[in-house]
Amino acid sequence: MSAYRFAVNVTPKPGILDPQGRAVERSLPHLGIEGVSAVRVGRRVELTVDADDEAAARAVVETLASELLSNPLIEAYRVERAADAAAVGS
Amino acid sequence: MSVRVGVVLFPGSNRDIDAINGLTVAGAEPVILWHEQADLDGVSAILLPGGFAYGDYLRAGVIARFSPVMRSVAAFAGRGGPVLGICNGFQVLAEAGLVPGALLRNRGLRFVCRQVSLRAEHLDTPFTRELAGAGPLRMPVAHGEGCYFADDATLDALEADGRVLWRYVGEDGEVAAPDERANPNGSLRGIAGVRNAAGNVAGLMPHPETAVESILGSDDGLGILRSLVVSAREYAQTGELSGVRAAAAVAAS
Repeated sequence: MSAYRFAVNVTPKPGILDPQGRAVERSLPHLGIEGVSAVRVGRRVELTVDADDEAAARAVVETLASELLSNPLIEAYRVERAADAAAVGS
Repeated sequence: MSVRVGVVLFPGSNRDIDAINGLTVAGAEPVILWHEQADLDGVSAILLPGGFAYGDYLRAGVIARFSPVMRSVAAFAGRGGPVLGICNGFQVLAEAGLVPGALLRNRGLRFVCRQVSLRAEHLDTPFTRELAGAGPLRMPVAHGEGCYFADDATLDALEADGRVLWRYVGEDGEVAAPDERANPNGSLRGIAGVRNAAGNVAGLMPHPETAVESILGSDDGLGILRSLVVSAREYAQTGELSGVRAAAAVAAS
């Protein structure tokens, strides 16, 4: 068994109202920042999976990303390896 | 004989006392169902109250979905038993896939706590059967994630199928569009509550259980709880419900 560190990025699907993103976007002029648009606020979940190999670990992450971490009606997710963080373990 | 109606208690539920009071006023015997218990204690209907189950961590309602009691609630719903989710209870049912759609962050980003007006769209359901003759129903909302969302095809299907049970309306009685004040959260097509395909599971965001006595500012919510209690009694006596469809018809649709 080895430990594999992953990150799951969950974002609102295209077309889904994202009032948080809109609020962030509207705040930018107050900072004197212009030319920023299409702000979308999501969530990033990092986790470590103990498994025999990376494929098995990724399968676990895919399952929990689709079943728990995202709501497929309104959110998309993307799984990526978060390589070096595994040693931290916290 | 009073009928037993379960009130599911999650860590973070906070409208359970209101639900218990509302059901009592409506003539039922409330039974608390702790989230770790799978036994439904012989209840004939289930109410999922408002609050912040499991702190609303991750997404409102999602973690509650995996609790032992919810597996039993899903099985009870599958057998045709009446289930009503209010506010956070609606969010739990939506996350569990027991009612259609999702509840998004309020369009205005704020937690909204005030009186709203509702219109019942159908009076022949287990949740509205005691509302005949009632005008717009005044009761409070209190939520941060109540913006009802489903894609257009789903919304069309829900409307065609008579599954939108309550909508937010303005003083003129007309459905409140997402950007109107009478629509507290920006819900699409003014939808405040829906039910499942079979018709025996419903969710709504406003709080009928806190509008059951005039001393609370309104008793317009009592009709919804009385509907649930009448349905519970019917289900207890016959094992069936009026105003729902047989499982076979749902499977075929």
